[in-house]
Amino acid sequence: MFLHNIGIIPGGTKNSAPASGERVITNLSRRGFVVGSSLFVVGVALAGCSSYEEPKIDPNAIELPEAGPSPLTEVKGGDATPALWIAIEESGTVKITCHRSEMGQQVWTSMAQIVADELEAAWDKVEIVQAEGHERYGDQNTDGSRSVRYNFHRLRIAGAAMKQMLVEAAAVYWKMKPSECSAAQGLVSNSQNSDTLSYGNLAKLAARLQVPEETDVTLKDPKDWRYINKEIPSLTIPRITRGEGTFGIDVDRPGMVHAVVARPPQLFGKTGAVRDADTLAIPGVVQTVKLPDPSAPALFQPLGGVAVVATDTWAAIQGRNALEVNWIDGPNASYDSETFAEQMKQTARRSGMVRRKRGNVASDLASATQKIEAEYYAPHLSQSPMEPPAATAEWDGEKLECWACVQDPQATRQTLSDLLKIDKENITVHATWLGGAFGRKSKPDFVVEAALIAKEVGKPVKVTWTREDEVRHGFYHSVSAQRLEAGLDANGKCTSYLHRTVFPPIASTFVPGMDVPTDGEMGLGATDVPFAMPNLQVESGNAKGHVRIGWLRSVSNIYHAFAVQSFAAEMAHAAGKDQKDYLLELIGDARKIDPNAEGATYPNYDASLEEYPIETARLTNVVNKVSDMAKWGRKMPAGHGLGIAVHRSFLSYIATIVEVAVTPEGTLTIPGVWLAVDSGTVINPRHTRAQMEGGTIYGLSNALFGEITAKNGAIVQENFPSWRVLRMEEAPWAFEVEIIKSNSAPAGVGEPATPPAAPALANAIFNATGHRIRTLPIIGANGSRLTLPTKATAQAEE
Amino acid sequence: MTTTLNINGKTETVDAAPGTPLLWVLRDHLKMTGTKFGCGVAQCGACTVHVDGSPTRSCITAHDTLGDVEITTIEGVTGNAADAIREVWVKNDVPQCGYCQSGQIMAATALLAENPSPSDADIDVAMSGNICRCATYMSIRRAIKEAAG
Repeated sequence: MFLHNIGIIPGGTKNSAPASGERVITNLSRRGFVVGSSLFVVGVALAGCSSYEEPKIDPNAIELPEAGPSPLTEVKGGDATPALWIAIEESGTVKITCHRSEMGQQVWTSMAQIVADELEAAWDKVEIVQAEGHERYGDQNTDGSRSVRYNFHRLRIAGAAMKQMLVEAAAVYWKMKPSECSAAQGLVSNSQNSDTLSYGNLAKLAARLQVPEETDVTLKDPKDWRYINKEIPSLTIPRITRGEGTFGIDVDRPGMVHAVVARPPQLFGKTGAVRDADTLAIPGVVQTVKLPDPSAPALFQPLGGVAVVATDTWAAIQGRNALEVNWIDGPNASYDSETFAEQMKQTARRSGMVRRKRGNVASDLASATQKIEAEYYAPHLSQSPMEPPAATAEWDGEKLECWACVQDPQATRQTLSDLLKIDKENITVHATWLGGAFGRKSKPDFVVEAALIAKEVGKPVKVTWTREDEVRHGFYHSVSAQRLEAGLDANGKCTSYLHRTVFPPIASTFVPGMDVPTDGEMGLGATDVPFAMPNLQVESGNAKGHVRIGWLRSVSNIYHAFAVQSFAAEMAHAAGKDQKDYLLELIGDARKIDPNAEGATYPNYDASLEEYPIETARLTNVVNKVSDMAKWGRKMPAGHGLGIAVHRSFLSYIATIVEVAVTPEGTLTIPGVWLAVDSGTVINPRHTRAQMEGGTIYGLSNALFGEITAKNGAIVQENFPSWRVLRMEEAPWAFEVEIIKSNSAPAGVGEPATPPAAPALANAIFNATGHRIRTLPIIGANGSRLTLPTKATAQAEE
Repeated sequence: MTTTLNINGKTETVDAAPGTPLLWVLRDHLKMTGTKFGCGVAQCGACTVHVDGSPTRSCITAHDTLGDVEITTIEGVTGNAADAIREVWVKNDVPQCGYCQSGQIMAATALLAENPSPSDADIDVAMSGNICRCATYMSIRRAIKEAAG
């Protein structure tokens, strides 16, 4: 009777996702926790005490007072009720629910490390259950490098609360005080005798106990952590090496058909006359489906066009190739990247909207001993995860079930409900593994396509985006133009600093006509600049969006850090000083910075400045650390140069030094990268290092090669030959990462390595060659490695 | 059209349109989804399989030209080189998202089988056809060298 509302359906159900083994949790208990029902072996022989037979507990034989509701539904970060996160089976298997999407950042492993540590679970008993999209889990938007930050506290509480209930259950069974019992590695022991009880045996009894108040939950001292801050191996990688695991593109459903979509080349272009006779003649093609033309704002709507449905993906692609569609120009038909770049640069030369102000920049610039100025330009980029968007939808006339590689299954569910007019309760969204994401898979337009087509076709449908689709119909990283000006005194010290940034805001995708950079984007490397000069002004200029603008790994930090950190080195050069020394001088004394006190509206990544202040001492520390690592100041061989950049983003502090080698012919290689990161408490140092390497190389790839352009409103690039990304032979030869030991609150790890990569590279190229990079990409799609001006030609240019 | 293929030592009979690339026969017809689609134009290496031991881009290789050869996929690759590569991949947590890693492992396995002690340059040449957007390149290089001993 006490278990009647602990509902868990063991094993897969008819509609559960393939190969993922989820359980469907229904009518979740708010007071106990979930107990599975797999086989239980009575009499577990324990190592070291072979004479001891663990008695099987009959939970029904023990009288307990009725438990009240869980008091842990609203701890910091959300619901920490153990039942929401943990299910212990009689076999001892500990199933931990991961509500965030696994996309290579090893969130399965890090979430499990947090829960299992406080729970004192044995690691080899831990399994992950991927949560479906549902509000009960709180925020599931796996974006913004915040899975650990948002969930660290409440998952620790959930694990610790459950451990206490298991200990209390053992005490009840043994008729001892809980203080006489303790838990370790999935077993409860006591101080009176050598008996032990296993978690699997105790689970049903513990489920009847009252969930403790947060104030009664004792968290471990960090020195006692077994898993947190340890190099625990990934829970997903062994399966990956065998080709197992289900990505969005791998989903299979009985009777499923495959679809690809021909989309209008321009945003808000329309689909005119369609001739599909040749398409339907392709063997395997089943039918075509015309999708509705979207209207502004773009939101997460599909782009319209015509779907080709076939019995396999190849036939669908062949069918699409044979399709003839008369695309009708829309309002973005004149969008041309070259023209637009000129407009943006002009905007950056005019006064803009003041977003942060200290002192009087204009008057100081007018009286400065030396004035320097520079303009920077960076193009659109595509996220281009290796797995392109793919989604499967199944519609039974009432209920819609979807499986997709989505970063935000809740937003996916809401979007499906809004656009298909289906009650949310009738929609289930399963997040599969994500084959990379980088922001693209936060936008569920591709899932809506699958659902629209499935409703039309009456069968399960998988929509696969080809690489060309992904490159040509994305949500692009914003193009930007920036202008910086600085005034230096007679000693070369910076006394005034002006930064004006112009870019179409992400909000243009969501609000018609929106052309003003938002506080959020301005707070990604512009209004949060940590420099100490007495006169400082940050301005924005307006720009309209003509393609869907979306977020890409580290977002506006990319172009802002590129400009600000390049300009810091330009100032150092003008002052005749060392880049690193000058950078430290710009940052100035140890202090906390509040941009809001200087007229900014600064979101600080949704964190309070009390908990996560901007601390210049941490910037200085990583600069000094990375300088030691790279032996900054050492004599460099001819054609070699070191460049440095430091940037705080996603509440983490990262300094990067890049070494480049440029031959007299202009061929560039990267002999080394050094990186120091302070991201507070780190859950898994090994996986953090991987994110530092990956995030940096992602940034180097963008800076060297990345460029998406539009002509007549359509994207010019198509696939990896024209949309170029970094390959192994172009990767650094060596890469050293140092993680600063810290007990501070955990900060982001997935994104913050990307922003300092481009300016560190550009500054290194300057030191190697004298050539200053102000326009990205440095090489572009067609260069054979790097063809830079040699030092001699660069000097001749000046 | 019915074609008989030898995949991972088993005989598989498939009914796919002439010219259908092996990639889609594996994924859509045989439900062997370990081999991945990345670009469709032999630029990224995610679809790499072995044809008689040689790394081959299954996205541009018509299945009906493969009647007389041995096809090996990530699900079936075995042997000393494959064992060594899998071991160091797991030991060092080489993959991140893992999506390109079937192709990376197939390329690395073919490299080691052919050249048990590859130099840095050998590794770069053999692996530069395989794109990884998570940028696990540094880990892959280190792991191949470790596997080579």
